Amino acid sequence: MTAQPGARSAAADFDRRNADWYIDKLVQTLVFIGGISAIVFVLGIFVFVTKEGIGFVIDTMDAKEFFTSPYWEPSDEDAPEYGILALVAGTASVTGLAMVVAIPFSLGAAIFIGEFATGKTREVLKVLVELLAAIPSVVWGFIGLTIMNPLIIEWFHVPVGLNVLNAGIILGLMAAPIMTSISEDAIKAVPDRYREAAEAMGATHWQVIFKVVLPAAKNGLLGAVLLGVARGFGETMAVLMATGHSVNIPHSLFDSVRALTATIAAELGETAQGSDHYQALFTIGIFLFLITFLINLSADLIVRGIRKG
Amino acid sequence: MGNNLFAATGLNRRNQRVQGLFRTLFGLMTLLLIIPVLLILGMLLYKGGGMLSMDFLLTYPKDGMTAGGLLPALVGTIWLVSVALLASVPIGVAAAIYLSEYAPDNWLTRIINLAIINLAGVPSIVHALFGVGAFVIFFGFGTSILAASLTLAIMTLPVVIVATRESLQAVPFAFREACWNMGATRWQTIRRVVLPNAVSGILTGIILEVSRTTGETAPVMFTGAVFFTPFLPQSVFDQTMAMSLHLFVVATQVPGVPDELPFGVALVLIGMVLVMNSLSIAFRMYLRGKKKW
Repeated sequence: MTAQPGARSAAADFDRRNADWYIDKLVQTLVFIGGISAIVFVLGIFVFVTKEGIGFVIDTMDAKEFFTSPYWEPSDEDAPEYGILALVAGTASVTGLAMVVAIPFSLGAAIFIGEFATGKTREVLKVLVELLAAIPSVVWGFIGLTIMNPLIIEWFHVPVGLNVLNAGIILGLMAAPIMTSISEDAIKAVPDRYREAAEAMGATHWQVIFKVVLPAAKNGLLGAVLLGVARGFGETMAVLMATGHSVNIPHSLFDSVRALTATIAAELGETAQGSDHYQALFTIGIFLFLITFLINLSADLIVRGIRKG
Repeated sequence: MGNNLFAATGLNRRNQRVQGLFRTLFGLMTLLLIIPVLLILGMLLYKGGGMLSMDFLLTYPKDGMTAGGLLPALVGTIWLVSVALLASVPIGVAAAIYLSEYAPDNWLTRIINLAIINLAGVPSIVHALFGVGAFVIFFGFGTSILAASLTLAIMTLPVVIVATRESLQAVPFAFREACWNMGATRWQTIRRVVLPNAVSGILTGIILEVSRTTGETAPVMFTGAVFFTPFLPQSVFDQTMAMSLHLFVVATQVPGVPDELPFGVALVLIGMVLVMNSLSIAFRMYLRGKKKW
């Protein structure tokens, strides 16, 4: 606006390429680069993790052993075994229990905050849920280690309190606030005219919630559950500290297990760069990346589905 | 029959009861979600409260980390967070400006949005592997603050992007139209009208990112944070201690740590995170109250 304040020729009136125009184009390019950087970073993550792990996939890995053997013994000098079945079972059992804990509570809390609570109560609850979501995972792991561990030993008379139960509850408490926020968003996204129509037909409040609001919000709620699962799958520090970290296919809630993520966190520091063990850990990383990518992709598609419909 | 048209029928009363029942049930569930966590926080405070003092914050660990304070971890976290912010804020704000002000509704924009969701969804330990593969090895930064901070920056980029995009989109479209009608270019409009109206919202997002970055442990474990170093970092190429990793170390890796020491560390860490988050929330509420449109 300030670049050419003076008189201009007739031709210049039609040519708007003054300094401001060039600055505008430059900024447009810069912010575009910022925009696509997100894509570059996601691709970068895949490329660099694959680059470090691919040697193992090609040379050493026996795909059948990798996915079906319950023995993870990478430091065995004669015959190291790289089977992630027990680790997958560990991650799955902990995530599964976490969802059993988190789904009912976060759904109940979302319904209460979204449909029942009003005014100040609603605001306070929303802030509390947001603050709960902010507690770092290493603190949750510490809570599992120092507070839950003795409680479980005392209540259930088991020798070790670091197990599926401990990590599942911790992970459930961690995932619940996020799932609550997303579910509440989904409930709020149901248009008020749906509620008004149902109430005009004489439905009571809870009938409206169960027969109208929840069915209409079901995609968003499913998305919330999927994101919770992804969170559980990818959580590292809390499961490292609370599961007991022993390679094991669990038979009860009181068995110690080991998770995929925790294995990487615990072992990467002790492996030599480029060794089979090191590359195997990166291969687990590729596996984790692909799984969470798929979960996030489907959550996005499901949530998007409701917006269009 | 019929003498009081509006008297509650049996069905009405039953419905009322069911309604009240569900309300109580869901209310209880909400409380059950919140109360255990408050109890746990209370317990942290009870067990670690005795550790808190200026000495604890401002002295070095001693006796093999079984005593003393957490100065190097505190300073290290400040380094890590600051360098991470320097990298992620410009990129994140640029990305948000693109998505809010320029991006057409097409497949590329959808892919960018999907990438942002995935960046937030990739497990933190995979971010750590990426940091090792890319920054530590490929770019040759070694295990350093730079490598760790860049890893953290990429991991928390979605926080900045989402918060900034929301606050940009909260600026009414009419403001932009008015500015364009005066002959301003897109950038002039963004620079003079949109950003000044959104800057406080962006700041809220940045505070939130600081809080996220402070608590992250896995991404810095192998990229720049170490269990112990007696030195404060002098440049971005140094290794450093970090609050989050320090909690993990004193809780699990060091023998003979007195019980209350890790509680003290946990309390300081969670205090930092919660204070920043509360600040961000309070700021957001203040802004909402002040909004003129």
